[in-house]
Amino acid sequence: MTPRDYLQLALFLGILAAVSPPLGRYIHRVLEGGRTWLHPLLGPVERLIYAAAGVDPTRDHTWQRYAACVLGFTLTGFCLTFGVLLFQDVLPLNPQNFPAPSWDLALNTAVSFVTNTNWQAYGGETAMSHLSQTVALTYQNFVSAAVGMAACMAVARGIARAEAQGIGNFWTDLVRATLYVLLPLCVPGALLLAGQGMVQTFAASFTAVTPEGATQTIAVGPVASQVIIKMLGTNGGGFFNANAAHPFENPTAVSNFIQMLAIFLLPSALVFTLGTAVRRPRHAWTVWGVMAGVFLAGVLLTAHFEYRGTPAMAQAGAATTAPSASIAAPGVSPTPASMPASTPPPVPNMEGKEVRFGVFASSLFATITTDASCGAVNAMHDSLTPLGGLVTLLNMQLGEIIFGGVGSGLYGMVLFIILTVFLAGLMVGRTPDYLGKRIEGREVTLAVAALLLPALPLLGFTALAAVGWGPQALANAGAHGFSELLYAYSSASQNNGSAFAGLAANSPAFNLTTAAAMLIGRFGVMLPMLAVAGSLAARRPRPITDASFPVEGATFALLLTAVILIVGALTYLPALSLGPIVEHLQMLEGRLY
Amino acid sequence: MKRTRPLSHDPALYRRATADAFRKLAPRVLARNPVMFVVGAGSLLTTAAFLHDLALDGWSARAAFGGQISLWLWATVLFANFAEALAEGRGKAQADTLRNARRDTPAFRLRDGGTTEEVSASALVPADLVVVKAGQVIPADGTVVEGAAAVDESAITGESAPVVRESGGDRSAVTGGTTVLSDRLVIRVTQEPGKSFLDRMIALVEGAERQKTPNEIALNILLAGLTLVFLLAVVTLKPFALFHGANVSVVVLIALLVCLIPTTIGGLLAAIGIAGMDRLLRRNVLAMSGRAVEAAGDVDVLLLDKTGTITLGNRMAADFAPLDGVDRAELVHAALLASSGDETPEGRSIVELARAQGGEAEGHGDHAHHGDARRIPFTAQTRMSGIDLPGRQLRKGAADAVLAWVDGLDLPGETGMENQRAARRDEAHRLADAIATQGGTPLVVACSASGVLGVIHLKDVVKPGMRDRFERIRAMGIRTVMITGDNRLTAKAIAAEAGVDDFLAEAKPEDKLHLIVDLQKGGRLVAMSGDGTNDAPALAQSDVGLVMNTGTQAAREAGNMIDLDSDPTKLIEIVEIGKQLLITRGALTTFSVSNDVAKYFAIIPALFAASLPQLGALDLMRLTSPESAVLSAVIFNALIIVALIPLALRGVRYRPRGTAHALRANLLVYGLGGLVAPFVGIKCIDLLITALGLV
Repeated sequence: MTPRDYLQLALFLGILAAVSPPLGRYIHRVLEGGRTWLHPLLGPVERLIYAAAGVDPTRDHTWQRYAACVLGFTLTGFCLTFGVLLFQDVLPLNPQNFPAPSWDLALNTAVSFVTNTNWQAYGGETAMSHLSQTVALTYQNFVSAAVGMAACMAVARGIARAEAQGIGNFWTDLVRATLYVLLPLCVPGALLLAGQGMVQTFAASFTAVTPEGATQTIAVGPVASQVIIKMLGTNGGGFFNANAAHPFENPTAVSNFIQMLAIFLLPSALVFTLGTAVRRPRHAWTVWGVMAGVFLAGVLLTAHFEYRGTPAMAQAGAATTAPSASIAAPGVSPTPASMPASTPPPVPNMEGKEVRFGVFASSLFATITTDASCGAVNAMHDSLTPLGGLVTLLNMQLGEIIFGGVGSGLYGMVLFIILTVFLAGLMVGRTPDYLGKRIEGREVTLAVAALLLPALPLLGFTALAAVGWGPQALANAGAHGFSELLYAYSSASQNNGSAFAGLAANSPAFNLTTAAAMLIGRFGVMLPMLAVAGSLAARRPRPITDASFPVEGATFALLLTAVILIVGALTYLPALSLGPIVEHLQMLEGRLY
Repeated sequence: MKRTRPLSHDPALYRRATADAFRKLAPRVLARNPVMFVVGAGSLLTTAAFLHDLALDGWSARAAFGGQISLWLWATVLFANFAEALAEGRGKAQADTLRNARRDTPAFRLRDGGTTEEVSASALVPADLVVVKAGQVIPADGTVVEGAAAVDESAITGESAPVVRESGGDRSAVTGGTTVLSDRLVIRVTQEPGKSFLDRMIALVEGAERQKTPNEIALNILLAGLTLVFLLAVVTLKPFALFHGANVSVVVLIALLVCLIPTTIGGLLAAIGIAGMDRLLRRNVLAMSGRAVEAAGDVDVLLLDKTGTITLGNRMAADFAPLDGVDRAELVHAALLASSGDETPEGRSIVELARAQGGEAEGHGDHAHHGDARRIPFTAQTRMSGIDLPGRQLRKGAADAVLAWVDGLDLPGETGMENQRAARRDEAHRLADAIATQGGTPLVVACSASGVLGVIHLKDVVKPGMRDRFERIRAMGIRTVMITGDNRLTAKAIAAEAGVDDFLAEAKPEDKLHLIVDLQKGGRLVAMSGDGTNDAPALAQSDVGLVMNTGTQAAREAGNMIDLDSDPTKLIEIVEIGKQLLITRGALTTFSVSNDVAKYFAIIPALFAASLPQLGALDLMRLTSPESAVLSAVIFNALIIVALIPLALRGVRYRPRGTAHALRANLLVYGLGGLVAPFVGIKCIDLLITALGLV
């Protein structure tokens, strides 16, 4: 890595650390019904929505009621999206006259967007009308993020409240998250991106003639408005098939940096929303530190492996640069016979990367997008080195909790905090409690369910696909092919949505299984965590004293990191060893796919 | 002071545990432990595979490998069963001893007319009155309604020194199966037939009524969840391998599964809980449920009675403070004389102190030849004791009582003495208040001839070592609250001397209950000890209620632990045992989970040795062969259970210290140790089995 890379990384983390705490406190205030400078403008809109929808904003929901609202709202959203997609050929705003997608693709896409996954088994610019992109998909990008934020706030309330029945009101959480958090961030964000040259138009694609005389269809559309929310909402579904690698979707290094920040912004801020809710800023910083630590390790590993490239690239590179190398090092005799024996200097892996971004910005983006359940890509993950690819795979498999999805990242992290507190808390000689709330059989059952449920489709469907519908859809055989399969189901089950590519994913078998995986991955964690919130809210807290299990400071941070890595590694190491690990080892032997 | 029952190293205990280990292979018993159930099922499968290989090709290397794996998998289950059986064994042995005390003794039931009839003890019902004479065994639990006697309770407590049981007061409860050594008691039966304290005790120590505690249940759920996760990870390996065109052996897959699921803690969890109860029992504390032991580890506040717990039972005379102008020797002598008729411990301590200060020399031992002296004993009504000598009367007692007595005297003296007497009164009051401020109790000494002479300073004597113990409790993050009937000033001084965190002065029995309820409303867990009937509501309300065995029947029913030694300070040890129990569970869970990392590095390369030889790079331990790698991991996994049985039974060493410090130390030993140990262990086993030619 170059000094400039370190600078970019430091700048990225520095800005994130600076803006997250105030934004987190702001989110806490608006979701708890506090007033802000936006209220004179948006307050009437908020009240109008409640009046129109018949919502009583003062009503507190039990966790069951809260969960029922989430499910009801999501189901309605699903039907709307499914309907628009299914009938896009007859609906307006379809200048390209795209046909309707197959029912299984429409179903997959609808599930994908309501679960904040944005797995795309289609190429956006060649399949989706403007209506589908904006009304069906961009709308879901907003509300699926808002639902995540709401559920996260409900979990924070469950931890903070004492002997309470309710965990908040889903409808007010949803409206406030959209109105006071997402919209105010998106409007200037979209303008900023458009300022960098990102396309924003309702016009149809146009045709250009290349210098060689060939004609090319240049797709355009309302890109900037969709991109900002796809990032802020950790949705990741691109307007174009090439996603953030497309020059219209990510024109400059600045737009690349803004997009990366946008991905982490809300998940990072929500950590401090929790800290504000439980009045423990130090706990928030500890959790943030764990996230940042695992993230940094991921970036450094990915960048290291990408810079090192592969032996084959080094050989090829050595062959082309050998003369200049001998000039640079006159002491070394340039006898051709000795060349294969000595290790040639590494050549960075530029395969599948945009030259505009280079190795580091691509590695950074790949780590961010898989840490957060975003799934936008500015490089082809399929072309990462095996171990670089392993980092992206493991990031997802850990449960999308390293910052993670909007809301889902934090409540997923709370699940691991509960496991950590329970596993290690006994070692201080008291029955474990998290911030004074005793962790008992019920919470452990729910946490175990939330841990197990996403693993079930992830490993289960990969296994079924490996011996069933998988092989014929793969572009590569062997270990790399296996990684592609594993990546697809990891991405779907953990609601990431990015693709390793190299996989013909638009078949009924893939569409239906990934749809099931996305649903299980989303609600298999969210519902148990809402139940945990309900059960913790009802508990009487015990005072936090010196004898309490410390959930702040370096010891806890290390412990939490170890639990996340060990539980993740123990669950997925067998699968990973048959994918990227063996591919790496075979690569060292010269066997490629 | 601390008396523990010796740890039994009886070979019979081990024989019995070995037999029980096999008995516990019954699927119904095994199913109670999800982790071991999976291991049992795996053992069956590998055994079937082994027999299949044997039948197909006879004795081959493949069959030998399958046979050894099966053997060690069965051993894993048996070791876990053995640990549990061994933990239960001690209790069972003790239950047998207790059963011997539960002979069906004859009982002499008192009839209305005052005559007795002989009936069987099992025929007694509550409210029956029975007569028990010296040498007879008390036939049932009950309350003494008449008489006082020395009772040998060694059958229950193991303590051979007899204890006094008498009607009325807090020493009225008797236990069936104990023996009256002297005198005669009339006892009202309080137990239902077959539900005696002894019966309950047998059931408890035997573990017949053992139910899983809340924390144990939660931990079991987590272990079952981890087992499911690993089951998923291992089952999916088969199709994953098929994708690579590799065929993996079912035996090795099962070996991998067993190595990954938390067998170490799964196998020892029950033993840890039973051993915790057993550790209490060896300190002569009978916990009514495992839940109570767990709650003990969680306690936030300890409520301790001042008298008998923090201080020695009685106040002792510490000093004499004469009034201005009174000769000190005169006061000492008067105090000695006035206390000669006082048989209370306080009175005796005054006599002792006065003698030590030479009180007898003064007056030439005159009280010895005052044949006509009349001693007036201390009574609760007069709150004074004294002596009437020819020509003068001496009194000693509570300040207000003695001062009132002085006021009532028709003292000789001229007018003008009034002022002087008032001044002496004031001085006496001042002295008394000063003593009370220091936590002492003032007793005033007065003479009919010359009025008030001075004040005796009675002091509560804090038991030796209490300060250190409270220091330890504070290090555990537990607050101590002293409960006393004394006034605030006295209470404050003693609290400061003993080093407790807080005190409740002028406490009435219901105040204790209110304090507990208030603390619990704040989310705190409260432990207390008690013995009297008026403690019963507070004992029932507290999270850990330790009842003295000498306590009343009502108190014994209200608490959830009984101390057979009747030592209230034992509460501190109980808290430590509770903490130790929880720490042992956490430490072994952490150890068990961290162990998995090494096993992956042993088995995954072995699993794909033929099909994906590149994975051999993961074999960090450089094990001899794929077979020896798998076998070594399985053997390690089984032997680690045996190796940790002593730790599970004894408990992790517990030292009171700060939470963060304890956590770091335990993480280092059991977390990091758990990561490293199997790497070393598996490598050693691999070298050994290779040398022995087992693979």
